[in-house]
Amino acid sequence: MSDSGTVDAGWEHFQHGADIGIRGVGATPAEAFARAGMALTAVITRPETVQPRQSLTLACQAPDLDFLFLDWINALVYAMATEGLLFARYEVAIDNGRLQATAWGEPVDRARHQPAVEVKGATLTTLEVRQLADGRWLAQCVVDV
Amino acid sequence: MDPDRFTQLDATTWQIPQQGNMRVPGILYADRQLISDMDAKVWEQLTNVAALPGIVQAAYAMPDAHWGYGFPIGGVAAFDPDQGGVVSAGGVGFDISCGVRTLTTGLSVDELQPHRETLADFLLYRIPAGVGSTGRIRLKDAEMTAMLEGGADWAVRQGYGRREDLERIEEHGRMAGAVPEAVSERARKRQRDEMGTLGSGNHYLEVQAVSEIHDPEAATAFGLQPDAVVVSIHCGSRGLGHQIGTEFLREMALSAQQYHISLPDRELACAPLNSPLGERYLGAMRAGINCALANRQILTHLTREVFAHVLPEADLQLIYDVSHNTCKEETHTVGGEKRRLFVHRKGATRALGPGHPDLPEAFLDSGQPVLIGGSMGTASYVLAGMATSEGKSFASACHGAGRAMSRHQATKRWRGEDLIDELAGRGIIIRSHSYRGVAEEAPGAYKDVSAVVEAAEQAGLARKVARLRPLVCIKG
Repeated sequence: MSDSGTVDAGWEHFQHGADIGIRGVGATPAEAFARAGMALTAVITRPETVQPRQSLTLACQAPDLDFLFLDWINALVYAMATEGLLFARYEVAIDNGRLQATAWGEPVDRARHQPAVEVKGATLTTLEVRQLADGRWLAQCVVDV
Repeated sequence: MDPDRFTQLDATTWQIPQQGNMRVPGILYADRQLISDMDAKVWEQLTNVAALPGIVQAAYAMPDAHWGYGFPIGGVAAFDPDQGGVVSAGGVGFDISCGVRTLTTGLSVDELQPHRETLADFLLYRIPAGVGSTGRIRLKDAEMTAMLEGGADWAVRQGYGRREDLERIEEHGRMAGAVPEAVSERARKRQRDEMGTLGSGNHYLEVQAVSEIHDPEAATAFGLQPDAVVVSIHCGSRGLGHQIGTEFLREMALSAQQYHISLPDRELACAPLNSPLGERYLGAMRAGINCALANRQILTHLTREVFAHVLPEADLQLIYDVSHNTCKEETHTVGGEKRRLFVHRKGATRALGPGHPDLPEAFLDSGQPVLIGGSMGTASYVLAGMATSEGKSFASACHGAGRAMSRHQATKRWRGEDLIDELAGRGIIIRSHSYRGVAEEAPGAYKDVSAVVEAAEQAGLARKVARLRPLVCIKG
């Protein structure tokens, strides 16, 4: 039930009642995570309006890929909230349950970005990281807005 | 959802009989049409909540129930700590103590009319709203701790509002048992710029007119007359509450095994009330409640400042402040016996009936004001808790209209600019920093709030007192 985004871009939204599901698909879990990060940006604003002017490094660690994805999205939510940033691009590396990432973006410009809604947090609802039949990886969860 | 999946007990009471691993039955209060429009996940989630350890009497869902996180939104469940009862971060939600307060202004619609545009402009200027807005209050660490302990009472001591406001807030404006030390540094940091901010999404500050009176006696007790102007504020505990919810949801999900809790769905992440994790969450969550109460109190102060500037003859008096994402320790009668229970209300409002000892004296005859938010184009309602609500739902009622379509569907159907023009044509002024935000919150994206409150009244949860129509809406 794709709602927006394109398969080409590797991310999409899916519907969940009052909230929004974010999904990334890529050749590796790391790529799926990065693309889900774009889906997260798209919850708030049109990603193409965000310029990669500054960067931030992020790291998290979790007992499995599901929780690592939860932590990754929550790390982005936290960085956006505390730094007042929106992100345009991500580079993610995952090694043995540890995630290292760089996120590029810029401070929120309300006139230009028209940010619709802030994300409160990533939920366990439909949280899933798995390999698809074609070998690609999918990472998804619903975010509370 | 197919209503026939339930056993119908009366026109608005539908039961899921105890089956499988359910410890109690599930009860949904709604009419057939509302149930038909609900997501089937409500049935599943109600069944799952009914399977949690220590649950008492039944798992309840209110007429505005919809698919939530583990618990349905519009869910009510009480747990007994002495019977292995649990507390669930998902059962409270990310926006701890999100709620609504409504204030009378002493103005009539006619008195407001010439000043509406000016008022809207000043409110938008003064009330930090939407993504990227920041409050003007920066709390040092010790002040933050005092706020987390003191709630609205702290805010009043800082000069935000009046002492008499406190009597018109649940818990008299201060949730006891808060443990600021249980709130992480990250949660505190996330709140740094967010004291006295409205937030975004479905949060709003609305100037409204009393358009219908359904119960003149209770309306008088609440200070509501026909055509009177009131102000309603809907928001919660901001970044601090969101971070508490985020951190404890994760920790509870990862600790369930340690506490030998078998979860039908990991979203039901919870911990025994009598456990270090359960107690730590309760302490942090109560601090989150105080943050929400302080936040709404500061916003009230800012609103009063705006009115004092634009319409100095106005006098904003708080009717009541309700929270709808909480877990509270309360005494309820179960099977004729008084028991100390922890009542989760996720997207549900406490609705104390007449004569309840926790009510302010002014509401002893009427019951507790229950404030129901609608959409910016339709209506909101003021209800009053009914005596029957205690036996029906641990004294709880609905909290709002609930969405009928996704945000994305709404943006495909409406443009923010067009909606603002259309609503202006109907005499409703919308002010927002984001057109897309307005489109996502289009009135047509919400269910009919009137059907929800009718069902709540028919079910004996809360009765209609007054209907409010929007005049000015500051969208978060």
